[in-house]
Amino acid sequence: MSEKFDVIVVGAGPAGTSCAYTCAKNGLKVLQIERGEYPGSKNVMGGVLYRKQMEEIIPEFWKEAPLERPVIEQRFWMMDKESAVSFGYKGLEWGKEPYNNFTVLRAPFDQWFAKKGVEQGVLLINETVVLECLTENGKVVGVRTDRPDGDIYADVVVLADGVNSLLAKQLGYHKEFRPDEVALTVMEVINLPKDKINDRFNLEDNQGCTIEIFGDSTKGNLGTAFIYTNKDSINIGVGTTLSSMIKAKLKPYDLLDYLKTHPMVRPLIEGGESAEYLAHLIPEGGYHSVPKVAGNGVLLAGDAAQLVNAIHREGSNMAMASGTMAAETIIAAKERGDFSETSLNQYREKLYQSFIIKDLEKYKDAAHTFEHYPQYFKEYVPMLNRAANKFFTVDGTPKKEKQKEIMKSFTSERGTIRVLQDMYRAWKAVK
Amino acid sequence: MHIVVCVKQVPDTKIIKINPKTNTLDRRSAPAILNPYDAHAVQEAVKITKAIGKGTISVLSMGPPQAEAVIKKSIEIGADRGFLISDRAFAGADTLATSYALSKALERISKDMPVDLILCGKHAIDGDTGQVGPGIARRLDIPPVTNVIEVAEVNESEKTILIKRKITNGYELIQAQIPCLLTVEKEINSIEYSPMPNMIKAARYEPVIWSVNDLEAVDRTQLGLKGSPTIVGKMFTPPKPEGGKRLEGNADEQIQQLMELLNDKKELLQPNSNK
Repeated sequence: MSEKFDVIVVGAGPAGTSCAYTCAKNGLKVLQIERGEYPGSKNVMGGVLYRKQMEEIIPEFWKEAPLERPVIEQRFWMMDKESAVSFGYKGLEWGKEPYNNFTVLRAPFDQWFAKKGVEQGVLLINETVVLECLTENGKVVGVRTDRPDGDIYADVVVLADGVNSLLAKQLGYHKEFRPDEVALTVMEVINLPKDKINDRFNLEDNQGCTIEIFGDSTKGNLGTAFIYTNKDSINIGVGTTLSSMIKAKLKPYDLLDYLKTHPMVRPLIEGGESAEYLAHLIPEGGYHSVPKVAGNGVLLAGDAAQLVNAIHREGSNMAMASGTMAAETIIAAKERGDFSETSLNQYREKLYQSFIIKDLEKYKDAAHTFEHYPQYFKEYVPMLNRAANKFFTVDGTPKKEKQKEIMKSFTSERGTIRVLQDMYRAWKAVK
Repeated sequence: MHIVVCVKQVPDTKIIKINPKTNTLDRRSAPAILNPYDAHAVQEAVKITKAIGKGTISVLSMGPPQAEAVIKKSIEIGADRGFLISDRAFAGADTLATSYALSKALERISKDMPVDLILCGKHAIDGDTGQVGPGIARRLDIPPVTNVIEVAEVNESEKTILIKRKITNGYELIQAQIPCLLTVEKEINSIEYSPMPNMIKAARYEPVIWSVNDLEAVDRTQLGLKGSPTIVGKMFTPPKPEGGKRLEGNADEQIQQLMELLNDKKELLQPNSNK
């Protein structure tokens, strides 16, 4: 029998590396297996990294991690064909320690993070695919890789192999996705000189800005678009649930082209050079889609456990927090010498007591509501734009009359009762 | 059988960009990899020791500390151990100074375990010179055999090796004495998918790193920039050819246009009358 480890972590994204790092730091013998050429080579995210969960793993990481810009402004656009109602917050304090969040490019960031794990003693192996979990008497005892002599054994296997976790499916923890449980996001990294970015987004030095765009950015379908500023590039992307794409017969790349040429967006990226094109599935099923996360000798973390809060575009932070909780569970299980499902279920308890499952539970019906009642994105966003246009156009009409007209137009377009119903339903979904 | 493979870390030239202002390689734009020819040299060493049934494969590299990545890569392929010579004194070396430094490291390696065979890649893909291998052989006073495409037979008791090498218009079969030095072509073998135990060994492996002080009887004037008589006069990107004319229309029309063009410029087709 080949060498045995305490822990095998499958995947070197934020979840896997957080888990591997924490385990190794506590003296466990960890093997981490990544299928890409290097960590980050296959990973995609819009690009916002949250400070809090990262800091809990590596204090003051911003002093050495390859980050792009600290985000000091978050904008939200309710966009129509030729207009947008926007709101946002800009706070210069976010540009100073301890910061709030950062834009990042995943390839350099994931490599750096994985290297920190290696420094703690993680054995990281790239370019290797885990084909299946090895089980003995119902307990996961290791993994089979695609390499010759590829079986390796461990007390615990952590599946952090991403959204479409084939390994979790093999174990029967995952079912096949329904099209409304996953979003397909496509994005481009567009190179643009730093001074151009700073001028266009009203930024100084290394300040960063994020824009989330609802409404016409997805042609009224359930989803969002985003524009994030990096040091000398911009990430622009758009995603909708697969079910919306199927229903509206949308092609993801058409949607991205539509966004890039939208008159509200075009001036921001004008003259830029496309450097990268990326696409990825995002688990957006939320609370109802979270699978079994702990089994006999096995744990699921990050996207593999469907831990994404689509409403607040949080994913990498949940991945890191869940990876850390998995590690803490394993460390405690090692002390007990018990890696059974009962012992490892401590992980499930940790998850359900943390912000992760609490947040997912809060929004458990949100996606379903917005998917089922398309008026929110299709009708209210344009209505809001028309209302703002009416209110802010100076044409000699007294403001009070304008307000009345706006209210009337709302209720006459959809009917008073239905508007109230819609508002109540939306409030209920996100309360 | 002790085989030493000399390996080099190079930028992946498939991806690398050239800075249009300075005409130099923008090394940040490409990841550093094990020189592909060297990877085949390591693989060949694995093949030879497997065929014999025993032997030790050492890899040797010169470069900054990050170059230990190519030693780890070599361990993945199947090398047993690796040495990196890394020192500011070696920096800026051309092929002459590089082969001097490597030959000194080889002398040190062979003191502990005599070297039977040295393998190198045909050339490195960043410089394309192909001089370091033969340079080492010359300094160690062993025969160099370049452009090797097959190691047909290794006879340990007779201390001979039978090699097939590529020449301009065919092949050459050579019997050489060992120790000798071979530089290999890519077609000599195909790189195998490394087994898992090699991957684990490589992930764990820490190569021996030597500074100039660890080498013996070194003439420092022959090292690094000081020991490098090569001067790079100019580096430039070949200009894109300008002008030209694209012929439009269907095939017949295009042929017609082409014939007219050739007819107009027929003086260019005449033999040079000045000669």
